[in-house]
Amino acid sequence: MSMHLRRRDTLRGLAAAAGLAALPAAFAQQGSKPPPRLITISGAITEVAYALGAQDQVVATDTTSLYPAAALKTPKVGYMRQLSAEGLLSMKPDAVIATTESGPPVVLDQLRSAGVKLELIEADHTWGEVQRKVQAVGRAAAREAQAQQLQRQLDAQWADVQMRVADDMAGRRRPRVLFVLSHSASPQVSGEKTAAHAVIGFAGGVNCLSGFQGYRPMTAEAMASAAPDVILTSNQSIEAHGGVERFWQRPELALTPAFAKRSLVTQDALLLLGFGPRLPQAVDELHRRLLAAA
Amino acid sequence: MSATAASIGMTRRLAPRTVLGAGATLLLLAFVLGASSGAYAISTAQLWGVLRDAWQGVVEPSPEHLVFMNIRLPRLMLGIAAGCGLGMAGAVMQGLFRNPLADPGLIGISSGAALAAGVTIVLGAWLWPVLPRTLGSWTLVSMAFGGGFLVTLLIYVLSRSESGTRMALMLLAGIAINALAGAGLGLLSVMATDEQLRSLQFWLLGSLGGARWSAVALVGVVVLLACAASLTLAAPLNAIALGESQAALLGVDVERTKRRAIVVTAFAVGAVTATTGIIGFIGLIAPHWVRMIAGPDHRIVLPASGLLGAALVLAADTVARTILAPAELPLGVLTAFIGVPMFLLMLRHYRHRI
Repeated sequence: MSMHLRRRDTLRGLAAAAGLAALPAAFAQQGSKPPPRLITISGAITEVAYALGAQDQVVATDTTSLYPAAALKTPKVGYMRQLSAEGLLSMKPDAVIATTESGPPVVLDQLRSAGVKLELIEADHTWGEVQRKVQAVGRAAAREAQAQQLQRQLDAQWADVQMRVADDMAGRRRPRVLFVLSHSASPQVSGEKTAAHAVIGFAGGVNCLSGFQGYRPMTAEAMASAAPDVILTSNQSIEAHGGVERFWQRPELALTPAFAKRSLVTQDALLLLGFGPRLPQAVDELHRRLLAAA
Repeated sequence: MSATAASIGMTRRLAPRTVLGAGATLLLLAFVLGASSGAYAISTAQLWGVLRDAWQGVVEPSPEHLVFMNIRLPRLMLGIAAGCGLGMAGAVMQGLFRNPLADPGLIGISSGAALAAGVTIVLGAWLWPVLPRTLGSWTLVSMAFGGGFLVTLLIYVLSRSESGTRMALMLLAGIAINALAGAGLGLLSVMATDEQLRSLQFWLLGSLGGARWSAVALVGVVVLLACAASLTLAAPLNAIALGESQAALLGVDVERTKRRAIVVTAFAVGAVTATTGIIGFIGLIAPHWVRMIAGPDHRIVLPASGLLGAALVLAADTVARTILAPAELPLGVLTAFIGVPMFLLMLRHYRHRI
């Protein structure tokens, strides 16, 4: 009899302890909220977070987040198309900001169902893409005011750059530009609907390749008929070739007008193609260097 | 019959019950290890809490509960189903071809699934733009399953002759069709954009990252049925080990056995590959490992290969999702890293018989 009583008491005690233990957690949720923890996936989105002063909120980034240098020291969640649900959740994020190219879709669904806010930004290679990134990160980081301010600043810079390019190019022949990307094996050249195509256009040049979308392998005859005045490539491509001299030794380039004058413009890949907050700066630099090279 | 089958092969081996018990223990160990490790830190005490909550039903689940029940547990279950299906199907194929190098890829399931997956990833957007709207993320899964099945059917039809299905013919047809699928994938990779190429690459390396309960249920049921069906093949496969004509003399319907073995393999491996991508080497090494310790009796080899395959996949996946956390490695990379050295050791072991 007494044994029974004692056991029931113990049970009641346990239940009470469990109830009490749950209380502090409930209070913590209602009290002053800490700033949202963010995972930024894509180099440009990470840049926006840093530009908004949200670096302390960025708990992890992806492998394409290379700028600013501090972003390299954050935990890396891997390549944006091969994310791991448990890996992302282990960083306890409140929001994940990524591009629509990120995946796999099942992982994104799992994040959503775990209550993580998901912001996906479509890459359409317009100024609007940069604006959307700023707004999305501002929303997710609870820094709307800073986002508005950054937006105004960037819009002003952008209008400035666009005006200067339009002025310079008035009545002038637009240089034909070939963008070459060869971070690894075979060099690829950019057609329509690529970030490179858009950036060349912004900077007052014209992509010498048209009639196809995305990237294609570079071939000698096609490059000769495209007749670029200037070759544009990333610093990373030059490094992969082992220097500018080696780059010009590529047989595909030998029959181009650009080869005769050795007109080459190189730029950091993320700065040039990332469509982040440094886009006005990238376009401005590219514009000047195109004019100088052409 | 089994006495004759058992006298082939190696001398010292363990009793059937010991082998199956060891396989089950290994699987249990791999499961416990997998359940208690992961990128998201869940302590043993929390794990017990989660399990208790799951048992009693919980109104407001903790984050640990959500992560374990919705991400880690379905992934473990999918790993068991995938490894079991691949291991068992590998044993069936090696028995059917009477060749230690046979694996389910030989009859075109993997290459067919890969080609269909490639077509869906690269050309899906303009070939069948409506399909993803109705099937959603199941588009790739169903296309890959269909592709694997169709290619297997094609190879089966090509290997028919007046005197029934000829295994040598099937082997050659399989190699030819696999080469064709490889060329198709090469063509697709030229047409693909950078992003599509990366997606295809990851698919070809396999991953359990897409695990969700609906997929687990589907693959689990198919693999369970296939395993049950494969057990009825054990005795006929033992007879076929003596040669097809001997098996026929022993009263085995060889043609029917072949057909059923191919259907069982196509369903099990097709369902697994369609949901996870290509997980290599499990179908090759699990049956060999079992035969080395238990001998060639298919009544042991089939179920034990399933158990060992499941344990291997769980162990490899646990490494895949923890070693680079919070990122992860593709599973196919790890099964190859573990599989190839074991395969080479095995080759060395069997060097007098090849």
